[in-house]
Amino acid sequence: MTYFPEEVVEHIFDFLSSHRDHNAVSTVCKAWYRVERLSRRSVFVGNCYAVRPERVVARFPGVRSLSVKGKPHFADFNLVPDDWGGFALPWIEAFARGSPGLEELRLKRMVVSDECLELLARFFPNFKVLVLISCEGFSTDGLAAIATHCRVLRELDLQENEVEDRGPRWLSCFPDSCTSLVSLNFACLKGEVNAGALERLVARCPNIRTLRLNCAVSVDSLSKILACAPHLVDLGTGSFTIDHPAEAYHRLINNFTKYKSLKSLSGFWDASPRCLPAVYPICGNLTGLNLSYAPAIQGADLIKLIRLCLKLQRLWVLDCIGDKGLAVVASTCKELQELRVFPSDVCGAGTAAVTEEGLVAISSGCPKLNSLLYFCHQMTNAALVTVAKNCPYFTRFRLCILDPGKPDPVTNQPLDEGFGAIVQSCKDLRRLSLSGLLTDQVFLYIGMYAERLEMLSIAFAGDSDKGMVYVLNGCKNLRKLEIRDSPFGDAALLEDVGKYETMRSLWMSSCYVTLKGCKTLAAKMPRLNVEVINERDESNEMEENPSDLRIVEKMYVYRTVAGPRNDAPDFVWML
Amino acid sequence: MEGGGSYESGDLDNLKATELRLGLPGTDEPEKLPSMLPRSSKRAILEANESQSKRNPSEIKSLEEDQKPAAKAQIVGWPPIRSYRKNSYQAMKMEAETTGMYVKVSMDGAPYLRKIDLKVYEGYKELREALEDMFKCFSLGEISRMDESNVHEYAITYEDKDGDWMLVGDVPWEMFLSSCKRMRIMKGSEAKGLGSIP
Repeated sequence: MTYFPEEVVEHIFDFLSSHRDHNAVSTVCKAWYRVERLSRRSVFVGNCYAVRPERVVARFPGVRSLSVKGKPHFADFNLVPDDWGGFALPWIEAFARGSPGLEELRLKRMVVSDECLELLARFFPNFKVLVLISCEGFSTDGLAAIATHCRVLRELDLQENEVEDRGPRWLSCFPDSCTSLVSLNFACLKGEVNAGALERLVARCPNIRTLRLNCAVSVDSLSKILACAPHLVDLGTGSFTIDHPAEAYHRLINNFTKYKSLKSLSGFWDASPRCLPAVYPICGNLTGLNLSYAPAIQGADLIKLIRLCLKLQRLWVLDCIGDKGLAVVASTCKELQELRVFPSDVCGAGTAAVTEEGLVAISSGCPKLNSLLYFCHQMTNAALVTVAKNCPYFTRFRLCILDPGKPDPVTNQPLDEGFGAIVQSCKDLRRLSLSGLLTDQVFLYIGMYAERLEMLSIAFAGDSDKGMVYVLNGCKNLRKLEIRDSPFGDAALLEDVGKYETMRSLWMSSCYVTLKGCKTLAAKMPRLNVEVINERDESNEMEENPSDLRIVEKMYVYRTVAGPRNDAPDFVWML
Repeated sequence: MEGGGSYESGDLDNLKATELRLGLPGTDEPEKLPSMLPRSSKRAILEANESQSKRNPSEIKSLEEDQKPAAKAQIVGWPPIRSYRKNSYQAMKMEAETTGMYVKVSMDGAPYLRKIDLKVYEGYKELREALEDMFKCFSLGEISRMDESNVHEYAITYEDKDGDWMLVGDVPWEMFLSSCKRMRIMKGSEAKGLGSIP
């Protein structure tokens, strides 16, 4: 192998697509390490604190595409205090200094300021792709900077970010010379949008394929936009309500009829069922449909729409679709691979919307199903066993029974057997979220059968330390483990400390882990960062009385080569 | 001994009397929960769901002042939905709450229909009274008057989400509100056997 000229090796490495393969070849020998680092074009950093940005820049000078993830997953559910960290600025600054050839940046759960966006806009002349998912800290002024200065921008994709609205001017900042947009998604913006500027922008970008509008875009505007973007593949409609009927509506219908290439539809904010017939002509081509922000579309209207979507592969809906609606999905959408059913009534005692029946129906009608997120009011072991038998190809299985710790309502038993059936049947399962009443038994099953499992989310489950130990011992490929409100303590935490270096991270909150346990872990494993996150009002109290026996409310452990981070706020203790 | 709380068994018994439990009262929740919850009680607030519980609600310790009595358990970060989505739902809900819920009401024999805002009524009684008021001008008879055979002259019906015509009054008011698309006051002869309206 050492006889190969480096150019040949480099050429071979160009064919490697996955990060894992790249990482693997770089450890073979020094020569390969050298070749690989110079030829690497794309870097994925799963935890922004696992490595320093400068180190990434130094090792991979030719990087064109960078993806970084910040806060732990449970931050999505308000379990991580706001100023915990995950700042994008150090990354952007490091790359601005050392690798300004960067073309693509994808950030998830990070704090992105307007300053970050301005840096991106000004210091990266070839910047083409910006994707921000679940980020916060920026405003439409930052977007204005991107629009103004990124001359070759291809993609601006904002997914579910909290963006401060400072007016509609940002969209008008795209210069007339900007014709390169392929994908524009600003669905998460709450504010008004300059309709004229939007229409002109879309009209002068002939390659635009993805366009996701926010709720401020009217049906009228949508019609005009559709008229000048005939090759759209992915559309997020705007408000989709009609106050003054007839003309706008008919124009909309006419436009939709022409759309042969549309494959994915989302949006439907405030959608009124009267507008739905406009999309009937294209339903037969749809592979993706997201109605999860349209509570007004339900019952007969929803079913009528679904019956037309024969090619659907990905469906996101609210639970008001009901078990009956899911049965219609099962009989219509034979190609379905991904289903997400979200709860429409988050805190009320509303009518029970979907139960195990809906899921069983889906499983028997859609054998290709491989990804599930299902919020329901109840689940039975029998149903899960049936689902496991019908759908052995699950790679992602997330079940959320809304009542924590709820048993099987028919047998009053824990759901151990049901989830056990899932992990046993689905050999390729990579991600699993549990809920309902669960004992240590389910973890025994998971440890035994879930060989490919990479991410496990546990809430209100288990009886003793044994549960957690089963998982740590059994799941060889475990990368992320997040646990809340479960009776696992120091014994489980310290059972196999070396395991955590094979994982990206461990989160434990409202468990039985004590400060002493955390300190022990930190002392034994210098290449792990052990963070104890206190509630802000408790942290002063803790300073005076840091008894080691005190139970730690939130703990976040992750492997790192960067050492303890220097941007942690007061209430985060780096042990 | 590591792990667990520093509670002794005597304390456990005392704690049990005031424990916050996950799940319906009286269910066989295992011992796993008691010593956990008082510690995390600052953040986990639990209330038995009145409508599902068949037993008397257990005693509750609530640390949040402004909690709606009918609201289900408000545990931090549960259900696990992204804040962005949660906020959107709340915004949608608020908007739905401010805009009225207008439905058409037709009455057999009346020359035109009316529209009413269901949101302004607290329950079926007010609704019936309002409908009577609204349609009495047609002099077609009282909605609630009974004739000799003790049957109501009219039946108030509504079309639900699935397109079926249902008798008003069978389901809880909230459920009715969420499923009613329009209403029709049906003449007694057609409404035979529909029974009385509460």
